[in-house]
Amino acid sequence: MTTHTAAEIKQHVTVYVRVFAALLVLTVLTVGVSYVKMPVAAGIAVALAIATLKAGLVASFFMHLSTEKRIILLTLALTAVFFVVLLIYPALHAR
Amino acid sequence: MDGLIKHISHPHPVTGVTNSKLGIWLFLASEVMLFGALFSAYVVLRTGAPAWPEGAKILNVPLATLNTFILITSSVTMVLSWAAAATRDLGKFRKWMAITILLGCAFLVVKAFEYQSKFSHHHYPATDNFYATYFTLTGLHGIHVICGLLANLWLLLPGSKLFAKDPEMFTGRIEAAGLYWHFVDLVWIFLFPVLYLL
Repeated sequence: MTTHTAAEIKQHVTVYVRVFAALLVLTVLTVGVSYVKMPVAAGIAVALAIATLKAGLVASFFMHLSTEKRIILLTLALTAVFFVVLLIYPALHAR
Repeated sequence: MDGLIKHISHPHPVTGVTNSKLGIWLFLASEVMLFGALFSAYVVLRTGAPAWPEGAKILNVPLATLNTFILITSSVTMVLSWAAAATRDLGKFRKWMAITILLGCAFLVVKAFEYQSKFSHHHYPATDNFYATYFTLTGLHGIHVICGLLANLWLLLPGSKLFAKDPEMFTGRIEAAGLYWHFVDLVWIFLFPVLYLL
């Protein structure tokens, strides 16, 4: 782990608090949007889009992925490929 | 011992990261496949079913929303505990880690209340596919929360002795535990809308 200076960590903490506020707002939005009448496909798309945004914030800032090294990002890219296959395969073969 | 992957404090010359960081991310990658498989099963079961109840009509949305706030807050307190360890402030580390653990316990209490409410109405995993997927997904997630709590408790209590001997190594452990905890939060961020709102 690279050693951060105390000043750097303090800047990080400001970011963490801001991301936290954003996550709280997005959670309220998640629930609020579920009460809006819309076609099923749109409802699913919106719910997953908001969830992905929240997940992106947690991954980028709390998990430090936005500044992470190449090997970790490559590992996750490979995981994403397998994950998509995992979702597509049963969907194609389910009857 | 040859072949033993040892702890290193500086990035590995080949991978560019510490062994523990690579290790925890590889583990999380396997966890993505585990929960991914269950989500995939849920999609297949739901799209193939002649009828499927609305989650909001059966499950307790306000309680689950509360749990979402609880887990998100615990993710913040977890990263703050890492920041405290990284700036060598043991007192602050203990404070934030204790709060993280308490929030995790609160999540489980709410979950237990939800489960009990279902059981008292004679709804179990075997009742139907909806309940089977609900209990399996949230149950496995709950087990992951318990394991995270145990790891965090160990780091707060006996494990914190390492802080005095090797604060760098200790901070690395907090970071690894944090990555796991954030992942558990991530899974819930998807579970909540999928099970309760869609």
